Amino acid sequence: MIKILISDRYEISAFRSFMTNLISLVSGLFMIGLVFLFLGVNPFYAVFKIFSGSFGSFYGFKETLTKAIPLILIGSGLTLAFRAKFWNIGAEGQLLMGAVFASWTGLFLGNALPSYMIVPLMFFSGFIGGALWGMIPAILKIRFSINEVISTLMLNYICADFLTMLIVGPWKGSTRFGFPGTDNLPESAVLGLIPGSRIHYATFILSILCAVILCIVIYKTRFGYEARVVGENPDAGRYAGIDFLKTTLILMIISGGLAGLAGVGEIAGIHHYLGYPAAVSSGYGFTAIIVAWLAKLNPLLTLISGIFFAGILVGGDAIQISLGLPAATVNIVNGILLICLIMGEYFLKNKITLRFSK
Amino acid sequence: MKKNKRLEMKGISKSFHGIPANRDISFSIESGEILGLLGENGAGKTTLMNILYGLYQPDSGEIRINETQVRINNPVESIANGIGMVHQHFMLIQNHSVLENIALSHKDTPFFFPNLRIREKIEEFSKSFDFNIDPAKKIWQLSAGEQQRVEIIKALLNGADLLILDEPTSVLTPQEIKELITILKKMKTKGHMIIFISHKLDEIMDICDRVLVLQKGKIAGRALTGDTDKKSLARMMVGREVVFNIKKEKLERGRQILSVEHLTVIGDKGFPALKDISFDVFENEIFGVAGVSGNGQRELAEAVTGIRTVRSGSIRINDEDITNTSPRHIYDQGVSHVPEERIRFGIAPGLFLYDNAILKQHHLKKFSRRYFLKYEEVKKHAKKILNDFNVSAHSINSRIGNLSGGNIQKLILGREISEKPQLLVASHPTYGLDVGATEFMRNHLLELRKTGSAVLLFSEDLEEIFELCDRIAVIFDGEFMAILDSGDNRLDDIGLMMAGSKKI
Amino acid sequence: MEDMIIATLERAMVAGTPLLLATTGEIICERSGILNLGVEGVMAMGAVVAFIVTMTTGEPWLGVFCAVGVGMAISILHAFTSVSLQANQVVSGLALTMLGLGISGMMGKPYVGKPLLIKMDDLAIPFLSEIPYLGKILFSQSPFFYLAVFLAVAAWFFLEKTRLGIQIRSTGENPKATETQGINIFRIKYLSVMIGGGFSALAGAHLSISYSKSWIEGMTAGRGWIAIALTIFALWNPGRAIWAAFLFGFIFVVQYLLQPLGISPNFLSMLPYIATLIILLLISFKDPRRLNAPAMLGEPYKRGER
Repeated sequence: MIKILISDRYEISAFRSFMTNLISLVSGLFMIGLVFLFLGVNPFYAVFKIFSGSFGSFYGFKETLTKAIPLILIGSGLTLAFRAKFWNIGAEGQLLMGAVFASWTGLFLGNALPSYMIVPLMFFSGFIGGALWGMIPAILKIRFSINEVISTLMLNYICADFLTMLIVGPWKGSTRFGFPGTDNLPESAVLGLIPGSRIHYATFILSILCAVILCIVIYKTRFGYEARVVGENPDAGRYAGIDFLKTTLILMIISGGLAGLAGVGEIAGIHHYLGYPAAVSSGYGFTAIIVAWLAKLNPLLTLISGIFFAGILVGGDAIQISLGLPAATVNIVNGILLICLIMGEYFLKNKITLRFSK
Repeated sequence: MKKNKRLEMKGISKSFHGIPANRDISFSIESGEILGLLGENGAGKTTLMNILYGLYQPDSGEIRINETQVRINNPVESIANGIGMVHQHFMLIQNHSVLENIALSHKDTPFFFPNLRIREKIEEFSKSFDFNIDPAKKIWQLSAGEQQRVEIIKALLNGADLLILDEPTSVLTPQEIKELITILKKMKTKGHMIIFISHKLDEIMDICDRVLVLQKGKIAGRALTGDTDKKSLARMMVGREVVFNIKKEKLERGRQILSVEHLTVIGDKGFPALKDISFDVFENEIFGVAGVSGNGQRELAEAVTGIRTVRSGSIRINDEDITNTSPRHIYDQGVSHVPEERIRFGIAPGLFLYDNAILKQHHLKKFSRRYFLKYEEVKKHAKKILNDFNVSAHSINSRIGNLSGGNIQKLILGREISEKPQLLVASHPTYGLDVGATEFMRNHLLELRKTGSAVLLFSEDLEEIFELCDRIAVIFDGEFMAILDSGDNRLDDIGLMMAGSKKI
Repeated sequence: MEDMIIATLERAMVAGTPLLLATTGEIICERSGILNLGVEGVMAMGAVVAFIVTMTTGEPWLGVFCAVGVGMAISILHAFTSVSLQANQVVSGLALTMLGLGISGMMGKPYVGKPLLIKMDDLAIPFLSEIPYLGKILFSQSPFFYLAVFLAVAAWFFLEKTRLGIQIRSTGENPKATETQGINIFRIKYLSVMIGGGFSALAGAHLSISYSKSWIEGMTAGRGWIAIALTIFALWNPGRAIWAAFLFGFIFVVQYLLQPLGISPNFLSMLPYIATLIILLLISFKDPRRLNAPAMLGEPYKRGER
């Protein structure tokens, strides 16, 4: 007879943590394969296509880095929020709000100001937009104990409708032939690209900087310490005299603000005008949740996990075209990988031994 | 079902994570007998009984009922064997009614309309034992004694012949204890077997026929209560003469540190937990608050340290009003806090030991420079606490959730004393600690007193209160029944005061 | 005007039906202590499965049956991670939503925009449907409407008046105490999560084969999340969920009533989401002790912890 013994694991080494994640990812890919098979798609071909599309060619890799920018920005911000157990599911809305603010700045001030002034101004206003939208659920949670998962999600829908309202109404461009969307941003408000790619380098550098800075914030500062204590045990936080409202507000300003920056990048770096919400962001706010989780809530590691998931997004686009799959395919990949990651955590935290006996 | 008339446990051993909790324990009990199980916290009493109740499986040994060997894999099988257990922390659903709680556990509860049928049974049953309980009431509306009776009804309705009571008196007032004893004696005459777990000698001598003494997981002795005395039982329990090496010098009290006036605080259930309380604590003084837990001690500690809002009245530290200011502000006025629920309030379990060593102190200049924490200093500080307070841990880099309760307690006390507080609010600082650690903790409190601090000590342990305190307040239902000097002979009636039947 | 108000109220009942179904399911699930944020995804799965089965077989009730089956099956995933593996229930629920939205989108791709020709006839209840005004609003509705109200009442009865109901509620309040009564709380939690999943899928089935009679990706439009908010608003009581859901049904359809007044349609489509935030705000002023939230909601339970 085989007996299964489960016991707590006290010390978790970095190597074990890494291997567990790796095994989780691989088994996730295996399960994704099964789903593809079930849905009548050759799994080997699909998985091959995903990775060859994103990492297999120079062009694909450039696209991957382009999509990694918002993922790293949002993902690193989310590591901070999740550490404090503030479940910010509203990065999508915060990104859109950042895009709205930045578009306003670009459209209405862009012609009057030179590039070196308008670009920082756009980043600044985008940050403010995301931060303001992120502060709402923070206040709702701390002052009115409203579950942040629900409030951030509702704010996503509200923001998407708000954005649509703008682009079909007051902001509708004269050059769009009646289609919803603003006019193009003036030249001075458009971000420079790395030649031969769509990588808007200003945001790219910003994203790396943010990941590094956030790492310092979480592990070295008083604020990071307080956020971690609050996340681990809110009662202990109260006992330790930590101001919840202040801590939560700051972390949501950072988390929302970074999502806002991602919105600026999408608008000023890629689209150059404000269009439908689904066009502005391809679900970066949601994918970034898994980016943060895969990074074990370490902002520095979002540099890796962000690029990995950007690859899946790019590869997902590739198989959508070549296999005729819907946009939701990426959701399957994300959902399964996330489930596998949290399953992996169980094996990281618990030691499972098989004991053979007669 | 066959009646359970004799139960025997033979050679029971059980260990957790390689640490033995029970080692080769054997005993038996027969119909109409009350067996006392005596031992300190952590001696293995609860583990042994949880094995009998099917919550744990023994690593070796056997259980025999009516001379036949049985295997008890889970509580259901235990109940089927006529065993009932009343846990120290009641296994009741606070938000549910008495009816629903009993319906949950009763084996013959009908699927539809369970409450209707159960109600008849309870009423019939309550009569025969003089239980006086309204079955429609929610559990949280009942007193501790009433809740305990619900637990006993639960067990007996399921046909328990053997009733295990785990520290049943720890939450009761002296009056309620008397009522419990009457109930137990009645059950004894009806042929029930009772195992009575306690670390209080008086009760064991009072209630039990025989006693089994556990020490560090082993049987340290057994005796008939008629043939033995408290002193020898105590020796068996502790493994040596019970002499606390504690010397309290006489100290002149200094200036006033804490002053509480007309304090009223609302408890978790929405009712006043403290009603118009006033007192002062001075330098070089330990001010003890005695009483059965749940009479407002927790709320008082939380109000003084700023965790709980004050409805009316004032709290002053060094003559500065701190009523309803933030916990950090209060800490900065020199008030440290060893909380009652140490896991719930005192630590962030997933963080490292060194992170936890500065929980309440991290904002001090010593540990932080502008926005950054000085982790070098923090780690040095953590190591010092580990050394000074004998905290046994792998290293300061281990997660604190992995430490044992006693070590966490030592760390918290060390942390809170380390910055030389003007006032230490300490709730049950020695609860669950072994004798050595208890003595160590108490000496630290006296040391603090000697160096000019004030201590507000909450304890259920009267021995501790008498040993340490300069003045003693007795709390009952949110009010002080008396505030007396430790030498005052009116303290002989402390039991009556704790029960609320005497006020000075 | 009078006709318009009756028509609006009638549509409100229809729009409230999926909310009521999903809310009832989530209440049962949360009462056992498990927070299931996968409602939105399971709803989408239910919608697509019901649509495909109905379309291909021509049997709407078979479609409903399959949808419920799939909903229960996919919810096991959440039960496994949150009950057996004690994982974080927020993250696990989100993963389930992503998965459900993804699979439904993929499965439904060939069916996008195709109208459902098989009709599920409205059921006019004899006599009652002839009551002026009320008869039209309440008693000549789709079978889903009656089913939803019946199931909500049944769920109330089940939770309050049966033994299993007490066991489910006890599990959510105090799993440790419940377990020592010899109740297999793992089984209870799995069961509750699966029932909740079945209800969510049923809500989705209503959306695709009765409400809009078509399938498009993202047609659940946040209704699953609103149901989670309604669970709080209903104070975990299926009886209160009935009027809470139909109130929200009204908010969903009131936009059609207001549109002619010249208010931006995009602003009007925000209304349900804004209303959700507002009701949560209102409920927060209530005494938290009277909220009746299951005490151990969302807390992983580990067996044999000392």
